[in-house]
Amino acid sequence: MKYIDEFRDGEVAQKLAAAIGREVNPDRRYHFMEFCGGHTHAISRYGVTDLLPDNVRMIHGPGCPVCVLPIGRVDQAIRLALAHGVTLCTYGDCLRVPASDGLSLLKAKAQGGDIRMIYSCADAVALAQQNPEKQVVFFAIGFETTTPPTAVAIKQAAALGLKNFSVLCCHVLTPPAIASIMEGVDEQLQLDGFVGPAHVSTIIGSRPYEPFAAQYRKPVVIAGFEPLDVLLAIRMLIRQVNEGRAEVENEFVRAVDRDGNRKAQALMDEVFELRENFEWRGLGTLPHSARRLRAEFAEFDAERRFVLAYRPVADHKGCDCGEILRGIKRPQECKLFGTVCTPENPVGSCMVSSEGACAAHYTYGRYKDV
Amino acid sequence: MSEPRKNYVRPLDIKHGRVDMAHGAGGRAMAQLIDELFARHLGNEWLAQGDDGAVLPAPGAGRLVMATDSHVVSPLFFPGGDIGCLSVHGTINDVAVMGAQPLWLSAAFILEEGFPLADLARIVESMAAAAKAAGVPIVTGDTKVVERGKGDGVFISTTGVGVIVAGRELSGCRARPGDVILLSGTLGDHGMAIMAGRESLGFESPIVSDTAALHGLIATMLDCGAELRVLRDPTRGGLATTLNEIARQSGVGMMLQEKVVPVSPPVAAACEFLGLDPLYVANEGKLVAICAANDAERLLAAIRAHPLGAHAAIIGSVHEDPHHFVQMTTAFGGRRIVDWLSGDQLPRIC
Repeated sequence: MKYIDEFRDGEVAQKLAAAIGREVNPDRRYHFMEFCGGHTHAISRYGVTDLLPDNVRMIHGPGCPVCVLPIGRVDQAIRLALAHGVTLCTYGDCLRVPASDGLSLLKAKAQGGDIRMIYSCADAVALAQQNPEKQVVFFAIGFETTTPPTAVAIKQAAALGLKNFSVLCCHVLTPPAIASIMEGVDEQLQLDGFVGPAHVSTIIGSRPYEPFAAQYRKPVVIAGFEPLDVLLAIRMLIRQVNEGRAEVENEFVRAVDRDGNRKAQALMDEVFELRENFEWRGLGTLPHSARRLRAEFAEFDAERRFVLAYRPVADHKGCDCGEILRGIKRPQECKLFGTVCTPENPVGSCMVSSEGACAAHYTYGRYKDV
Repeated sequence: MSEPRKNYVRPLDIKHGRVDMAHGAGGRAMAQLIDELFARHLGNEWLAQGDDGAVLPAPGAGRLVMATDSHVVSPLFFPGGDIGCLSVHGTINDVAVMGAQPLWLSAAFILEEGFPLADLARIVESMAAAAKAAGVPIVTGDTKVVERGKGDGVFISTTGVGVIVAGRELSGCRARPGDVILLSGTLGDHGMAIMAGRESLGFESPIVSDTAALHGLIATMLDCGAELRVLRDPTRGGLATTLNEIARQSGVGMMLQEKVVPVSPPVAAACEFLGLDPLYVANEGKLVAICAANDAERLLAAIRAHPLGAHAAIIGSVHEDPHHFVQMTTAFGGRRIVDWLSGDQLPRIC
């Protein structure tokens, strides 16, 4: 595959790994967090850490859309399907997230809920068009990457005058999550730098990370999702640490610039406004960290249409997803990991998505634990 | 006295007719469907016996192998095949990977009221062609019809019987540390052909299913003199799941080399696009073989000499591992587990 294989080249990786080996200071340790689940997956899937010196440690961050979704939000989606009888559409990974009462969207589907896995939110709009007698709700999750398409779907539904389409909007923002992680640094978490988001940065650009680098004195290197991207970004971080710099650098120059995608940003602003507060799994309730539909689009807001109250639900007692999402614990340090909690029977959300830290470690890396 | 007049029976209207509930009711309509469609295309001396089961010549010395498989693939027709030939190939392969020569098949149809007879005829013709090409006749069958909405067009269950010569022992429990793992060709062609055939995904690709009867290839492998320990066709769950099954059955670990696992460029691209791993995508015409290291080259040459094995490769080895992990050295230079498939990557793949 042209333009993909080049970024997975094993020979280039060996050379880069050798260069990293020469550049690291053997007298210190390096702790870097990859924010995105996409990076977590690439690191585990390609075995990137096997190419790193022993004193460079990667910490998985909270940037997995399914992982940060709190139980209360999944409960809302299940309520829509079972109590309100809507056709609930969502992306595949959402289906297996454990919710209250031993349910998940997948189990609610088996109970008779009309729950559909879709690949694009445009499919949900089409479904509403084809089934005017059904209320179709799109359970919208994800960071800035998936938010503009949801805005397009809402505008499409408005243009079509659809009365049976709405969105349960759980879109979240990346910068507040990074800020939340930074607040915990040094107290509970040793951190020397960030591998910054790939796809999110194509939308928001590299500028939003500049305050973090300056305020917390931690380097940020934005990296693509291919393994060579990650390896190169790690070298750039090591150089910054060695030289005492804390800047925002961009490894993903083929897709990211400082300003991002202005059109997509305008579209998000047109359709959505910031919520006062939003509960995240692991990170708690963060101000101005999520979006909801503006009043002009209120009729497409499922929370308003179906008068859905949000009820926060505590995570499973033994589940360490919260600490794992904040980088304080590693998946294998959770006592449920690999015993009670497996991809077949996930207890916490980090074991669900392939981008989740627990699922990635279980699926690709658990041989290291034995 | 004149001879009683034969009842006029209107022939099946294959072009415009549809399956109705009577076709499964056991009466005349069903008999007609069997006569004019199934028997017409699948007919042979054993099926012609017309009983509930077929009386078959005894296989002489050796043991019988019997395997059964239900097919619910959606869409029914896909690039490179359809549910008809798939239901023949799948069961022949299940018999053949035991080291047996497949001899006979049975076929049971569950039809949905309203299903177009023209489509059913295409499916049955495809079964007939596949059975004929494989030299494995369909000798008995069954037909049921369910109400509209209670099925999805047609489901087909096939059962195969074969005979295995004395002394031949192939089983998933026979892999030993030091053995070598071979794969007969590219991964993921069937699964990705099905994906591309699903309208809702809205993508087009040149990928065709690899559905094929493998008993010919297997016969050449058995004849080459290599000591085969395990043979299996990596269908649902893909290569990864098949190897995990074998590792568990044999109580061993495995190490694969990603660099040499064959995947065609269109399949690799489609998997990339959909976020799938070809190691987990279904195949319907591929084999995994495990043999002693000394025999690996000879076996590889035998597989490659067969048209269905042109892209065969040695992909890894068996070693001791109390955890029975299947692992892989990635092309990138790292190492990872190749785990069991979790969840359902793609429902109704076969």
